[in-house]
Amino acid sequence: MSGPGAVLCLLERDGDGVADGSLRALVLARSAAGALGGRVTAVVFEPRAAGPDAGGAVVAELAGGGVAELCVVSAEGLSGYAPLAWARALEQLVVARQAAAVVAAATDRGNEVMAHLGALTGLPVAANCVAATATGNGSWELRRHRWGGSLLEEAVLEAPCALLTVSADAAADETAASDTAVDGTGPLGSTSAPLVGADVTAAPAVPVVTFTPSLDEADLRVLATESAEQSGGMSLATARVVIGGGRGVGGPDGFAVLEELAGLLGGVVGVSRVVTSQGWRPHRQQVGQTGTKISPELYLACGISGAIQHMAGCQSARHIVAVNTDPDAPIMSRADYAVIGDLNEVIPALVAAIREAAGLGDATC
Amino acid sequence: MDILVCVKRVPMVGGKVVLTADGQEVDTRMSGFTVSPHEECAVEEAVQITERSGGSVTVLTLGPPEAAGQLRDMLALGAHRGVLLETDGREWGPVATAAAIAAAVGELGAATFPLVMVGNEAADTGGYQVGIRVAHALGRPCVTGIKRLELAGDVLRAWREYGGGQEQFEVALPAVVGVKEGINLPRYPSLPGRLRAKRAEITVLKPAWQADGLRKVSLRVPAGSGQRARVLGHGTEAVPELIRVLGEIGLLA
Repeated sequence: MSGPGAVLCLLERDGDGVADGSLRALVLARSAAGALGGRVTAVVFEPRAAGPDAGGAVVAELAGGGVAELCVVSAEGLSGYAPLAWARALEQLVVARQAAAVVAAATDRGNEVMAHLGALTGLPVAANCVAATATGNGSWELRRHRWGGSLLEEAVLEAPCALLTVSADAAADETAASDTAVDGTGPLGSTSAPLVGADVTAAPAVPVVTFTPSLDEADLRVLATESAEQSGGMSLATARVVIGGGRGVGGPDGFAVLEELAGLLGGVVGVSRVVTSQGWRPHRQQVGQTGTKISPELYLACGISGAIQHMAGCQSARHIVAVNTDPDAPIMSRADYAVIGDLNEVIPALVAAIREAAGLGDATC
Repeated sequence: MDILVCVKRVPMVGGKVVLTADGQEVDTRMSGFTVSPHEECAVEEAVQITERSGGSVTVLTLGPPEAAGQLRDMLALGAHRGVLLETDGREWGPVATAAAIAAAVGELGAATFPLVMVGNEAADTGGYQVGIRVAHALGRPCVTGIKRLELAGDVLRAWREYGGGQEQFEVALPAVVGVKEGINLPRYPSLPGRLRAKRAEITVLKPAWQADGLRKVSLRVPAGSGQRARVLGHGTEAVPELIRVLGEIGLLA
């Protein structure tokens, strides 16, 4: 189960299963372990006492090779997410498994836990990686995101144990697809890599072990409790259609027609940073590096110039259509389609045309 | 309460990132610098706390001598004192940066600042770790990703977004808090604020640069940013073509 080249991969849960970002981290963890001649220990934290069924639903998602074991961590007092306690457990697992690397998703939790682990161990942490190659003797060549993905950094990491978080956009990063890991197992994010769950029935079941870290009171000083407040309505992050509004909307009143279009297309409204800093719309609608990252089927960006901080939030959109008066706006080099014109004329006309086609009549309802 | 807020000077970039010829830095000759967005919100939050319940806000940055300009921008928003950890312009890694900040906090009197605030991550390097490393060096608890904050005596309640809802943390001061944009709407500097900031004295300390285990080799702009959008038409005349594209994408079924 252990030995040189072991790689720990922190898995976050999504319901009973594994969160998408963690599956992406697992692809990198597997590739790294393969290159190092080791195997992956997948790690989940179980708030309830770990019983015989602990991690059962996760095991099903780990089949497909490359994962030596699923380690379910639980401890007295660890009733929920506790960043320092999670890091403390990983620190102890690094020693127990002689791990050469620890990999997590570059989420709020993944980045936070890894930073604590870095602080506990004095090791460097590389956040938002899209590729990692072990070059021997504790040396790694990394590619990571800067500016929310608008820039790529080639970096060298030197550490007895590499602490890495994997960008949510790793799969969308086309440059990663041209790289091949040293062991030839395929690039990070490539769909040809053996993704988890590929062949559940044929693959041997991943053994589940439980791990009880030694924690002290200080490790549990920061412990999350879920708040009852849920943001109502459709989530911007997961919406299939996002209608974006920027400076060109002109003021808070201009968003009504964008809301109407979003309603007709089964989507939600997102805005640029200018719009929230003007106070026209609340920050929770902001798309971008410091707002929400979206990945809709369609992003219709109206009156948005396309600053890199904004594009960092919508680069995973499948189709981008820009409506802008300026044919030379930066967004024109990022969008698939463009309408050159004033959104305040184009969007009402589009709404009317969709209504007419659907037999919905005019906008008075 | 006296609050310390750590900010970072970052290039101001707009529609396009231009790199220096050696691929080592963002070319700032035509753009200039600003304070990383999460950190501006941290300063605003700290100023609001002191406006409600007294105390002062000290704003600290690690950077070249010109970073004093960003400190003055934050003084103009209502911060009271500025501390510059002056560097020779080389990029500092997160381990060395956190060590220098923790040492400076010690020098200024750690007990002076029950609350240390940082931005959740810097806009440029996006390392997600300086605040947490500072917290460890000071032996304090740390919460990050915070978009709502309440102080009741020595207890700090903080909320962040998680999975469509929110998770809540409660810690006793002294503590370190990593703030995200959206926690507030930073004010514009007032004219008296600007004048006060211009005259304010800034404390300068000079920490020694240290190598980090993570070393930048080069930067590059991802390929594929050079495409041009297909123009569907001009003004309302483009609507039929736009409808056709929406249909193609499968949105008008």
